[in-house]
Amino acid sequence: MEKIFLIIKREYVSRVKKKSFLVVTFLVPLLFIAMWGGIVALSIQDTTSKSLISVIDESDTIFPDLKNTSSISFKKATGTAGSEKKNLQNGENSYLLIIPENILDKQNLELLSSQKASIFIQEEIRDQVENILREAQLRNAGIDLETLKNIQPNVKITSLEITEEGSEQESNAGIAMGIGMFSSIMIYLTLFIYGSQVMRGVIEEKNNRVVEIIISSVKPFQLMLGKIVGIGLVGLTQFLLWIILSGALFTAGGLFLANQMPDTFSSEELSSLSSSVPSSSIAQGSMLSDLQGSMANIDFPYLITCFLIFFIGGYLLYSALFAAVGSAVDNETETQQFMLPITMPLLFTYVLSFGVLIKDPHGPLAFWLSMIPFTSPIAMMVRVPFGVPLWELAISVTLLIGGFILTTWVAARIYRVGILMYGKKASYKELIKWFNYRK
Amino acid sequence: MLEVKDIVKQYSKHRALDHVSFQIDKGSIFGLLGPNGAGKTSLIRIINQITAPDHGEILFNGESLGPKHISRIGYLPEERGLYKKMLIGEQLLYLAQLKGLSKSDATERIKMWFEKMDMQTWWDKKVEDLSKGMQQKVQFVATVIHEPELIILDEPFSGFDPVNVDIIKNEIIDLNKKGATIIFSTHRMESVEELCDSIVLIDKSKKILDGKVSEIKNEYRNNNYLIKYSTEAKHLDNLSETNLYRVINMQIHDNEAKATIEILNNHRINEVLAFLITQVQIQELVEIIPSIHDIFVKRVKENY
Repeated sequence: MEKIFLIIKREYVSRVKKKSFLVVTFLVPLLFIAMWGGIVALSIQDTTSKSLISVIDESDTIFPDLKNTSSISFKKATGTAGSEKKNLQNGENSYLLIIPENILDKQNLELLSSQKASIFIQEEIRDQVENILREAQLRNAGIDLETLKNIQPNVKITSLEITEEGSEQESNAGIAMGIGMFSSIMIYLTLFIYGSQVMRGVIEEKNNRVVEIIISSVKPFQLMLGKIVGIGLVGLTQFLLWIILSGALFTAGGLFLANQMPDTFSSEELSSLSSSVPSSSIAQGSMLSDLQGSMANIDFPYLITCFLIFFIGGYLLYSALFAAVGSAVDNETETQQFMLPITMPLLFTYVLSFGVLIKDPHGPLAFWLSMIPFTSPIAMMVRVPFGVPLWELAISVTLLIGGFILTTWVAARIYRVGILMYGKKASYKELIKWFNYRK
Repeated sequence: MLEVKDIVKQYSKHRALDHVSFQIDKGSIFGLLGPNGAGKTSLIRIINQITAPDHGEILFNGESLGPKHISRIGYLPEERGLYKKMLIGEQLLYLAQLKGLSKSDATERIKMWFEKMDMQTWWDKKVEDLSKGMQQKVQFVATVIHEPELIILDEPFSGFDPVNVDIIKNEIIDLNKKGATIIFSTHRMESVEELCDSIVLIDKSKKILDGKVSEIKNEYRNNNYLIKYSTEAKHLDNLSETNLYRVINMQIHDNEAKATIEILNNHRINEVLAFLITQVQIQELVEIIPSIHDIFVKRVKENY
C-alpha cells in the first residue's frame, strides 16, 4: 500500500513540475476570459463597417423616414434603376434598395448588392420599413400615434422552478443551456486529455523497459492504479487552479469593465455577479445585467461538485481503458484500432449534447444516457444545470462507480500481460487471450 | 538459497518452461545459460514474481516464494530502461523506496554508490543526458541499492566498454564475497568460466545440463592432449602404429610441431609420455579441457 503512494507521488510530481503544466494552467483561464471579454466588447462596441445604401423610392413615402444607424446609411439614388444597377456591377456602390410604388399593398422590397447582402443589413432595413409602414397604416386607420406610444406594457417573465425542498428557485433556460454545453465540452476534453496522458505514460514505461524493473518491486495493478490516481490528481489540481484563477480574473475583468463604462453599468450591478441581487431590481437593465442577475442565481458550488464527481468517475472509468490500450501497443501510432471503440460512446454523447440532450434534458434518451456509465459523465453534466432529482444522481453515480470497477478489473488483466509483450502487434483476439491468462 | 522445483510455464500454445528443477547454493555465482528463446527470461520473471508458474514452486531459503521476498531480490533486466526525463538521484531514490528502503537510508546508500562508481556529480543529471554506458552504471546501482540477498543479472556486461566491464565484474565479485547469491544469465561463456561456480543449461524449455562448473568440465574431458615438440625428429603419425593414441590434428612450423592427440584404450597419459620421450624432443604437454562454450554448443546441437 505504501508503494502505491510512492507511485502516485512520482506520477503527480513529475507532471506538475513540467513547464507545460504551468503554461496550460495559466493560459486556459486567460483564454476563457479573453473569449468572454471579446464577446462583451463586440456586443457593446459596434465595430462593423458602415454600409452605404442607395435608395430608389418609387412610392416617395419611405425614404424620408429611413434613419441612418451606426452601421447603415441611406442616400437617395441619383440615376435611374438601370444606371444604378450598372454602378453596382462595376463596384461603385455596394447596395441598391428599390422600393416599389405600391409598397403599402405589396410589402415587398428589392435589395440588390454586389456581394451577398449581410443578414444584419437585411434585418435592419426590414425593421425600419416595417415600422414606417405600420405607422402609415395606423395613421390611415385613424389611430393617434402619441396615445399608442404611451401604451407600452412591459411584461417580464420570471421563470420559477419548484425544487425538492419546495422553495421556488429562479430558473433561466438559456443560462442552463449555456452551462450544460460548457460542462459537456469540459468533461469531454478533460476525459480525453487526462485519459491519453495515462495511455502515453504507460507506453513510455513500456518503451523504456523501465516497467520491468518497477513490476519486479510492485504488482502491475499497483503501478496502473498509481499512475491513474496520480494523473487524476494532476487534473484536479489543474481544475482547482482554473477555478481560482478564473474567479480572480473574472472579478478583475468585471471591475475593469465597470471603470470603462460607468454610464452603462454601475459597478454595483457588476459586483452582483458574486453577491445575490434579485434580478427584478435591475429592472430595465440591458441583456448583460440580466445575464448577471441570472448568474447570481446559479448554484456554482453544486455545479462544481457535480462536475468533479462525474469527472472523477468518468476519468477512472476511461483512464483504465486507456491504460490497457497503452499496454497493448509499442508506440502511439498503433493505438488507433483500439481507440475507436473507447472514444465512440464519448463522442456520441458529446455530439448529442448539443442537440437532443440540451433541448430535452428530461426526455428518455437524456435519462438513459445519463445512467449508462460510459455516457453518463457527459450526459448528466448537460442535464444537471436544468435540475436533476437527487435519486437519479445517486443511481447514476452508483452505476458509474460500478462501471469503473468493472473497466479497471478488465483493464488490469490486459495490462499485466501487455506491458511485458514487446514487439508484438496485438489484435483483439490477442487481448482476449491475455485477459484469460492465469497470471 | 533458491530451489526451483518442477516449474512449468505455459503460454497458450507455447510451453516456455517444461518441468525445470535445479538448486542454487547460498553465496554462489550461478550461471543460467541457454540459447535465445530457451525460456531463461520466463524463469527469471517467475523468480522475480512478475509472472507465476502454472505448475511447480520456488523456495527461497526454504520458504515458498512470496511478496515478502521482493525486497530481498535485485533484478537487472536484459532490456535496460529508466525514466528518461527523471533526475538520476530522484530516480534511484524512487526505485530504492519501491524496494522498501526508507528515504534517508536510500539517500545515504545512493551517495555511497555514487562515490564508489565515480558518479558524484550525477544526482541532478537526467538519464537522457548520459551515454549508454553511464546509464548502465545507474541501472546496476539501482539493482543492488537495497542490498539484496539474491541478485539476478541478465546480460550485465552488454553495453559496457572493457574498463567498465572490469568495474562491474569487480563489484559483482565484491557483492558475492559479502554474501549475496548471484544468478547470472549471459551468452558470454568466457565470463561464465571466470565467474560461475555452478550452471544450469536450458534449451527448448527443458533443463539439459546442470552442476558445478568444475564437475561438468571434468565430465566432458575426452582424453585430448596438445603436444609441442621440435621437428628434427619425425612426424607423430608415423609413430602411431602403437595403439596408445591417435592424432587428431597436426601442424608443423619450421622446427616446431603441434599435435592434438586422443589417448586410446584407457591408456594413461604417463604411458603415452613414456613412449613419446623416446621418440621426440617434447617441449610442452597440455590436457585439452573442453570450455563451457564447447559444452554449451555440443549439448544444444545434440538437443537439436
